[in-house]
Amino acid sequence: MSGPSDYQPSNPALQWIERRLPILGLMHSSFVVYPTPRNLNYWWTFGAILSFMLGMQILTGVILAMHYTPHADLAFKSVELIVRDVNYGWLLRNMHACGASMFFFAVYVHMLRGLYYGSYKEPREVLWILGVIIYLLMMATGFMGYVLPWGQMSFWGATVITNLFSAIPYFGESIVTLLWGGYSVGNPTLNRFFSLHYLLPFLIAGVVVLHVWALHVAGQNNPDGVEPKTEKDTVPFTPHATIKDMFGVACFMLLYAWFIFYMPNYLGDADNYIPANPGVTPPHIVPEWYYLPFYAILRSIPNKLAGVIAMFGAIIILCFLPWLDAAKTRSSKYRPLAKQFFWIFVVVCILLGYLGAQPPEGIYVVAGRVLTVCYFAYFLIVLPLLSRIEKPRPVPNSISDAVLAKTGSRSTPMVSTAIVLALAGSLFAGSVDSAKASEGSDQPPGNKWSFSGPFGKFDRGALQRGLKVYKEVCASCHGLSYVAFRNLSEPGGPGYSVAQAAAFASEYKVKDGPNDAGDMFERAGRPADYFPSPFPNEQAARAANGGAAPPDLSLITKARSYKRGFPWFIFDFFSQYQEQGPDYVSAVLQGFEDKVPEGVTIPEGSYYNKYFPGHAIKMPKPLSDGQVTYDDGSPTTVAQYAKDVTTFLMWTAEPHMEARKRLGFQVFVFLILFAGLMYFTKKKVWASSH
Amino acid sequence: MTTASSADHPTRRDFLFVATGAAAAVGGAAALWPFISQMNPDASTIAAGAPIEVDLSPVAEGQDIKVFWRGKPIYISHRTKKQIDEARAVNVASLPDPQTDEARVKSGHEQWLVVIGICTHLGCIPIAHEGNYDGFFCPCHGSQYDSSGRIRQGPAPANLPVPPYQFVSDTKIQIG
Repeated sequence: MSGPSDYQPSNPALQWIERRLPILGLMHSSFVVYPTPRNLNYWWTFGAILSFMLGMQILTGVILAMHYTPHADLAFKSVELIVRDVNYGWLLRNMHACGASMFFFAVYVHMLRGLYYGSYKEPREVLWILGVIIYLLMMATGFMGYVLPWGQMSFWGATVITNLFSAIPYFGESIVTLLWGGYSVGNPTLNRFFSLHYLLPFLIAGVVVLHVWALHVAGQNNPDGVEPKTEKDTVPFTPHATIKDMFGVACFMLLYAWFIFYMPNYLGDADNYIPANPGVTPPHIVPEWYYLPFYAILRSIPNKLAGVIAMFGAIIILCFLPWLDAAKTRSSKYRPLAKQFFWIFVVVCILLGYLGAQPPEGIYVVAGRVLTVCYFAYFLIVLPLLSRIEKPRPVPNSISDAVLAKTGSRSTPMVSTAIVLALAGSLFAGSVDSAKASEGSDQPPGNKWSFSGPFGKFDRGALQRGLKVYKEVCASCHGLSYVAFRNLSEPGGPGYSVAQAAAFASEYKVKDGPNDAGDMFERAGRPADYFPSPFPNEQAARAANGGAAPPDLSLITKARSYKRGFPWFIFDFFSQYQEQGPDYVSAVLQGFEDKVPEGVTIPEGSYYNKYFPGHAIKMPKPLSDGQVTYDDGSPTTVAQYAKDVTTFLMWTAEPHMEARKRLGFQVFVFLILFAGLMYFTKKKVWASSH
Repeated sequence: MTTASSADHPTRRDFLFVATGAAAAVGGAAALWPFISQMNPDASTIAAGAPIEVDLSPVAEGQDIKVFWRGKPIYISHRTKKQIDEARAVNVASLPDPQTDEARVKSGHEQWLVVIGICTHLGCIPIAHEGNYDGFFCPCHGSQYDSSGRIRQGPAPANLPVPPYQFVSDTKIQIG
């Protein structure tokens, strides 16, 4: 893309094609001989990492679309079926869901790198603006993708975000109706979001081509911000940049795999494992972590229209960055003041992200307003002012001068910034959890679970006992509608044989039909049948239980969580603590107290539970000592029952957990070896260039 | 990357490059597997393809019924004496896909013909009790099957396949 190529393939067939369509020459000049500044650091590999992530998202997304059903009644279930039944469906779904977060993480690093090194300055303004367009498209795509599982956060996220447009004067309401295709978020909304979620990534890919084109016309910026002058300043793209980028991608894959295999729900919200319910809003609507800074800006402004304008303005302002910052020196490396303000700006963004996940009350609102002002001040006051008053340090004459002047100690700031960014990422990530509602309830005590940690496995005995407790106690009110009897004999489960599962199924009566006469009839259960629900519909469940429908238990250990708070969510990232749900479920089962503490009033028909949010639970104490008999001599206590049934419910929520952790270990062994090999290969390739 | 143009590393077959390239190839190939495997039937589809039982008692002589197993129509014909005799009288060697009628039904239950009702030409559903052979006629491209479901005329290359089945009792079969 940097001018006509003199590339001539030696193969006559390729020559034939090349004369008619010079695509090989284009590839050769763009990705092989293309001169790339020799002083690029690892922050520049994020371009390649982003290309990789876009590819991964499109690939996994196309595959998920093969199994997904975009219908309000079926979407949630179809996602569960992907995870449970499709071969490697759990893997593909985790890759896609975690991939979105990784994509945004990488794009933020990429954008901040551009900001720090002045990559938006002349002659790269169009390149930068194309980048902002890609970012906007990514936000739209990510938002619509989050709606597709049709859980509670999907539904209410869609409601809140589409309602942003109602702030537009005169036309707002009509625009929102247009977006919904109805009078509220519903099936038509889901359908069009699916269609657009499929379309937009290809638009992104198109704009990425323009982005790369513009990059190859202007040439890459570099850490010293001086244009290459002689051939000594550059190295050929292949092998130097390719191998370095591939090493960067390999390292990034380690982080990506950490989420896919060990922390798949760390970045998500437990509420999204509850099917969408248009009648109940979750206590805290929190967007995905990558939107939190903008969400904080939106909530800081007390006026609806102004808030929406500020939120969009916070992104649009990036387009004007090349003109707001008029400093001649590109790289902040040589701008002592700009460098400091850059890091302040990074901290402001992280804090805004943290606030975006907090409830909008008290000190959080005030802090949000202060930081919103700081955010805009950076672009509108600090950068324009700095370009007038700052006295930059002298820049080197050329890139090769800069490389020669570089000593070993110069690389330490990069290490520290890497640490800061890693911390920032985990802070962002974990802050989602901290927005969970937990008003007026005690922290559930931590338990030792056989399934926790990177090598966790289900305790077969506990699964079998838990199934018994479910069948004899819970099943009278709670369904288990995503679990089929055949699952009981599948690997990684309670370890029953196929015959045992079939015998277990045959004890149940299942409604089937219609038969030849058109009537429904009952027959014995088969392995392919699902656990029958105790109530025919939600209304019946409500009517029989004092107005509160007992939730389906298939996903309960993933659909419940509690606030971990700072700094625990950061430790959790490293310790792989993922057991908020099981800890909560087990605590609620044991948290019943006959004596209501003083000062607490419990409404008629409710029971006091120490760990239930709000303490008033409609479920009476379900378990008592000796209630279920155990054949294997395990103690028949409430504590044991709670532990067993929670283990069982963890398995029902994620039947392939063992496969996930096992494959994760294999992938990690491979990736560490591969990244090591890539590192030494990269060193060898670059040996002559340093 | 081993085709580097620069002349200053002539170690094309360097062990490190080969090892890295091999690791990338192995990893890439292994990573491909989930993306291919997901196209196969999922666990619920496989579970739904479990054997089914069919009660034959309401099917009168000369009548046939169509049931579905694994999404495929299965014809169950209660053949008349005439149909059986016709099927057995034919010279097997003269058939395009030679097979005896005895091989296509269960002994002791000769009156029952159970075949997958999908034309072996291009997958249309033949119509029962039509055509020149007292069997099946495919309306798409004119293939004709006899009362044993064997191809007699037309473009189809093979007989209608017999699905795996067995008699649970005299009036009940299990398909699959």
